[in-house]
Amino acid sequence: MLHFIKARIRHGYQAIPNPLTVGMDPAFPGVPELTASADLQMLGGLCPTNAFSSDGIDLGRCVFCGLCAREHPEMIKFTPNNKLAVDSRDKLIMAPGQKALPKIEFRLPFSLRRSFALRNVSAGGCNACEMELAASNNVNFDISRYGIDIVASPRHADALILTGPINRNMAEALSETWQAIPEPKYLILCGTCAISGGIFAGAEAINRAFLKHWAACLFIPGCPAHPLSIVHAIASIMGRR
Amino acid sequence: MECLFHNEVIRPQKLDSFLADIRQRMQSGFQPIAFFGTSESLIYCFLGKTHELCLYCTPFPDPARYPSLSVDYPAFQIFERELCEEFGILPIRHPWLKSVRHPSGNKLSIEDYPFLHSDSRLIHEVGVGPVHAGVIEPGHFRFLMRGEVVEHLEIQLGWQHRGIIPMFCKGPLASKMLYAEAISGDTVIGHGSAYCGIVEELSDITAPASDLRMILLEMERVAMHLSTLSALAGDVAYIMGQNLFAALRTTVINATLSICGSRFGKRALRPGGLNYGISTSLIKDLKAKMQYCSVQIHDAAEAMFANSSLISRFDDTGTISANDALSFGFTGITAKASGIPVDARMDHPVWQYPGFLVQTESSGDVYARAHLRYMESMQSLQIILNLLDKTDPEAPCYIGLKELMPNQIAVSIVEGARGRIVHIAKSMDTQKALWYRVVDPSIVNWQALSIAVSQEQISDFPLCNKSFDLSYCGSDL
Repeated sequence: MLHFIKARIRHGYQAIPNPLTVGMDPAFPGVPELTASADLQMLGGLCPTNAFSSDGIDLGRCVFCGLCAREHPEMIKFTPNNKLAVDSRDKLIMAPGQKALPKIEFRLPFSLRRSFALRNVSAGGCNACEMELAASNNVNFDISRYGIDIVASPRHADALILTGPINRNMAEALSETWQAIPEPKYLILCGTCAISGGIFAGAEAINRAFLKHWAACLFIPGCPAHPLSIVHAIASIMGRR
Repeated sequence: MECLFHNEVIRPQKLDSFLADIRQRMQSGFQPIAFFGTSESLIYCFLGKTHELCLYCTPFPDPARYPSLSVDYPAFQIFERELCEEFGILPIRHPWLKSVRHPSGNKLSIEDYPFLHSDSRLIHEVGVGPVHAGVIEPGHFRFLMRGEVVEHLEIQLGWQHRGIIPMFCKGPLASKMLYAEAISGDTVIGHGSAYCGIVEELSDITAPASDLRMILLEMERVAMHLSTLSALAGDVAYIMGQNLFAALRTTVINATLSICGSRFGKRALRPGGLNYGISTSLIKDLKAKMQYCSVQIHDAAEAMFANSSLISRFDDTGTISANDALSFGFTGITAKASGIPVDARMDHPVWQYPGFLVQTESSGDVYARAHLRYMESMQSLQIILNLLDKTDPEAPCYIGLKELMPNQIAVSIVEGARGRIVHIAKSMDTQKALWYRVVDPSIVNWQALSIAVSQEQISDFPLCNKSFDLSYCGSDL
């Protein structure tokens, strides 16, 4: 019993007091800033996932490998801003000169704003996004303080949070899990693979037909998405600031 | 170990002498490191034991069949199933020739998989997955149950198959870092450094800053062990342990983030070295954090292993005998907890670990695996602290890559948190690989879970499962 008390006292208070406002380690690559004069074609030539187009950088494709910023620090830098999530796919494209992503405007119906249950499906994910999603509910990030629960059954869920690029072997299981969630239901895409296929985009063993039929209400980029990005994104659609 | 086999050395043998040589080596204590077919219509077999590695190869047999090695050496069972699935070569009398990953082109789709079935009225079936109850990757477990007792567990994987291996052969091999990091997102440094080893060996360079790679690898090991200890505590409703270890894992992976920007060590490594160096102030900061962790992990483990109700759940649950561990060729914690001292850091060292001794336990149960994870975490923290003392922040951390030497085979072996990670590749020209193979420790170790839960209560399944900490995406590839 003494060991128990000693360990408990040393453990102290580990929860982050306010995950929505806490600062990030400056080493974290978050929202990028492209300078107005950035040569997008040159940056595009470097990018392993074709995240650059004439409009800017697409955070739905970017895997935050940082290659562009290491080669051309004068054109692009990644700031430690973890507020990466948006509510529609096209808002993930950041134009040169843009400093932050547009605020999340989407709101859940009033009945779900104090209690929101998520069911995760991993479809070809590498287990990094899955572990970060699980970490969102640990003692540090404690997503359940906002009434957000990660539940075992789709029957208990209000939303499906998808991780991974959706491989062929999981396509049917994903679709069945989605069908088992009662209406009203919401789809959240967590991580670059889920949003665009990431490094697996266009690969033979990938089948993203599910996303042709169902639209997501929240896009959380990252490779993997950081727990603070996940907490911020989901708390935002519940109206938390 | 990073090792290069020059093409002249590998002469394809006749099938009979190939099999006879393998059997002879297996008799003298070797274990299969990898066994696979390639696009050149050759079967390769790598065998290894402490400080020794040998390679055999033979053309695809005609007709496409040969007497199975698994009959006498069960360690080959998964490799022969892979070979049969990928190239249609039949190992005659293989004990159970079932599919591994259902790649595209497989006749049966994964939903139609025929599970072992019993007609006995005493047996009922329990199916779990592919979508599991927690936030976890997909896989299917089919239990044949007699009351509450597990008579048989069939594990069917392949749900995570995303075709990552062919990606290594498209375009220059040196540009595949992101794929190596995505083999298993929780073993980024393990698989990443194995991949870097392949590229560096094939282009005949020695990467600088090996200290920093070792530090990152050991941090990954500590983080993974803490994550498993947290999950094990959670599974027996010991909530304090769950939270203590989870918070400590956060401290370790946040320290990894302060080096490279990712909590999992993504984008830290690159063939030829590292993307980021380490500053004097960061070294100081890391030291303080690692010292804090070693005090805290000790406290948390002392409290956990003194808890009698927890110990009664861990003791004698999910036992793997030393004999099974040897004959199935299990690696990592699974083997070490059953008293088999296999560890690539000693057997096939890439880097020098002065005074390194493989830690083992003898009972082979959940307790042994949990306690060993604690012991290994403490050992890894000590390795990290020793390395931080001698790391030079001024040292360069990258040297330029050269072209690949064409037509050579390289093998790279790294001890990841789960066990022995093996990458093998053959260069085609100065840029590309002809083929690339990955053997994640989990693909070998999944069999251990099936053995461990046999005759246990089904309620102990989650506990057994977590104690092995197996990767789905690493084996499904």
